[in-house]
Amino acid sequence: MSTSTTEPTKPQERGTDAVVEMRGVTIRFPGVLALDRVDFTLRPGEVHALMGENGAGKSTLIKALTGVYSVDSGTIAVSGTERVFSSTADAQAAGISTVYQEINLCPNLSVGENVMLGHEPRGLRGIDWRTTHRTAAEHLRSLGLELDTQTILSSHSIAVQQLVAISRAMVLDARVLILDEPTSSLDRDEVEQLFTVIRGLRDRGVAILFVSHFLDQIYEISDRITVLRNGTLVGEYAIDDLPRGELVTKMIGRELDELEAISVSAERAIDRTVAPVIKAEGVGRKGVLEPADLDVFPGEIVGIAGLLGSGRTELVRLLCGADRPDTGTLSVHGKVTRLSTPRHALERRIAFSSENRRAEGIVADLTVAENIMLGIQARRGWLRKVRKQEQDAVVAEYIKALGVRPADPNRKVGDLSGGNQQKVLLGRWLATAPELLILDEPTRGIDVGAKADIQRKVAELAEQGLAVIFISSELEEVLRLAQRVAVMRDRRQIGVLESSAVDVDGVIDYMATVGEGSVA
Amino acid sequence: MSRLIKHHLFWPGFALVALVVLNTVARPRFIEISVQHGALYGAPIDILRNSAPMMLVALGMTLVIATRGIDLSVGAVMAVSGAVALTIIDGSDSPGSVGTVLIAILVGVGVSLILGVWNGFLVSVLKIQPIIATLVLMMAGRGVALLITDGFITTVTSDPLKYVASGHLLGLPFAFFIWVAAVAVVSLVERRTALGVLTEAVGINPEASRLAGVRATGIILGTYVVSGGLAGMAGVIYSSNIMAADANAAGELIELYAILAVVLGGTSLAGGKFSIAGTVIGVLIIQTLESTILFLGVSSAQSPVFFAAVVVLVVLIQAPAVHRAARQFVQRRSANVPDITPGTEVAR
Repeated sequence: MSTSTTEPTKPQERGTDAVVEMRGVTIRFPGVLALDRVDFTLRPGEVHALMGENGAGKSTLIKALTGVYSVDSGTIAVSGTERVFSSTADAQAAGISTVYQEINLCPNLSVGENVMLGHEPRGLRGIDWRTTHRTAAEHLRSLGLELDTQTILSSHSIAVQQLVAISRAMVLDARVLILDEPTSSLDRDEVEQLFTVIRGLRDRGVAILFVSHFLDQIYEISDRITVLRNGTLVGEYAIDDLPRGELVTKMIGRELDELEAISVSAERAIDRTVAPVIKAEGVGRKGVLEPADLDVFPGEIVGIAGLLGSGRTELVRLLCGADRPDTGTLSVHGKVTRLSTPRHALERRIAFSSENRRAEGIVADLTVAENIMLGIQARRGWLRKVRKQEQDAVVAEYIKALGVRPADPNRKVGDLSGGNQQKVLLGRWLATAPELLILDEPTRGIDVGAKADIQRKVAELAEQGLAVIFISSELEEVLRLAQRVAVMRDRRQIGVLESSAVDVDGVIDYMATVGEGSVA
Repeated sequence: MSRLIKHHLFWPGFALVALVVLNTVARPRFIEISVQHGALYGAPIDILRNSAPMMLVALGMTLVIATRGIDLSVGAVMAVSGAVALTIIDGSDSPGSVGTVLIAILVGVGVSLILGVWNGFLVSVLKIQPIIATLVLMMAGRGVALLITDGFITTVTSDPLKYVASGHLLGLPFAFFIWVAAVAVVSLVERRTALGVLTEAVGINPEASRLAGVRATGIILGTYVVSGGLAGMAGVIYSSNIMAADANAAGELIELYAILAVVLGGTSLAGGKFSIAGTVIGVLIIQTLESTILFLGVSSAQSPVFFAAVVVLVVLIQAPAVHRAARQFVQRRSANVPDITPGTEVAR
């Protein structure tokens, strides 16, 4: 099977000519290169999986293709014609339709109205509703869906709504259908139903771009995989040429750089006779995470390995009061505790740094100093403001210790680069004097220098007795820092490994194969 | 100069000064201040005096807006507060005593604080959208005020009450001192304690604030309580001005004027960073504009359109898009190249 047929021949020849051809696409955001000269080819009648960790550039690529972002350089050709999309309407007119994870239909309208919205057949007295509903029913039936088109959309399950969204794309005569995480809230039968529809469309010659974090599903439905990492193209592969383990390796990547120089903190011996700083027994939440066990001792770094969506973030959010577990018990220093809010957790000296720096981390319009002080100030309450000199001292200390650039406490934090924002956040949490620090992807999307700074600081703090939970998609990083690694997959903890006993390949193997085939 | 222009109060201040200058040019008498019986009189003094109710309401509104909220009930709270205070004075044996008036004011403001707690509870604890939560009281409040006054316009004769809106202290209107004191106290509390920065944090990024341990519920509830209390005081001043409790007319549309003042002052309706000084300027702009309409003798039929036109102008001179366009225009003229397409960088 040839992988890149680029010669511009006649369109509409199934399987050979690309319906979408992206060449050297580059998209830049302030301080970030979101896509760096990426090529991507989509052919009619294929299901093409787009894979990569968060921040790899998947959604940026999709948004470039659907006209949400305009490209800084590179070309996008649809059916051999080069196009510049200035809006999503442009992309839709070119035959590219998207069904998002959160369905963007009108839940308060009927199924038929949703399917035909904007394309209702007209009669003498305005819209001909009878024909509208009949046509809608035909479209739905062609996807194998028998629905009363008069019913209100929101009365149906998410799965059915998703299929309605797909029918709508068909009304728009889409030649390209983009499905962004369509299965994340579906159960097994619903996924099957969706896949039947997808296969039907594929056989009709529609090109389908499929994004999912569930590996089982990728291997079940896809014909071809394109892997992105850190905004660059890793490669395009036929599904049979890329075993799971290799896919995971390609998504996560390897970095052989100055990071290797960091003293291997993983080999430190940990005293496990004392009470663990935190101990979770059977902690879980229905529909989010199956019960998991985890304990972290003073001075220990426990890594969590797993792909995005594997439950790693969900697990730590249950440990820090961000979300409430509905099963299991949590003990802090040997005492059973209930952490119902993040504030509660902070009072127990548990600090959590979210993976979502923008939405859940920085307060963008406040200054570096205000962001660093936020944790301390929140704990003291609004009445007892930290005195100016004391503030200046704390802020100066963390700016220096963490190497925040520019070293200006009065700069708006939103103007800093991602790596420096991360350092400011680390400063905020360290300033609260935590005994357990939970870092969710603290090094994602930041440059190598900042990454090394953060890793070094974490290792140093652990040596001084801080307990750390460290989540990262980069397994080298996890193995270098952590004494033990908890492995997550499909919202389940599948084991805890001693990091001295495994290498990266061992963890990948474990991640990809143990418990394979289990229901997501 | 460029640093001055970048200051967040530059454009609101510019608009206010421009308005005063225009008035003065049109009729130099505008800025004349005379002394009669040891008190100052003149259009500027009137503006400072008449600003009081809107200033108090806008002050509270600023804090509410900073938390991404809005308080539509302020006008109705003014009506309730005025009704409560005047009913107490009316029913008292000695309506002219300072003690009676003080108690009446305290009870009026106290009831308003409770109404603020109600709003805050709906928004911060029950998580009802602020616009809906406060709409409830906006509509119900005037009804409550009518119940309190038995459907009549309660009028009273009481010198201490009259003093609140019409009296003078050190030659200046007493009402002016009330709003200056309120602005000073709120500014001090917000900036000397950590309340201001925590309020902004909650408004800018609620989830990040929650994860940082900020007690958003209490902070948000507090802003509605402050807004209620200030509206209550505004209601007392309004009633003192007309010496009557008019449940229908008290604070009519003031919520919208207050929101306008906050926005003119540079605080974003999206929440987050707020500027109390900006709000003060915003209220003064609106009040000056109202005086302008009287002063220039704009007919009552024309005045709403005139008011709207000036507000649109003021908003336009503050709009970043207009600044950009103006800069491009100036650059194009100075570069003296006739056919530059929009968006092309001009060499500096």
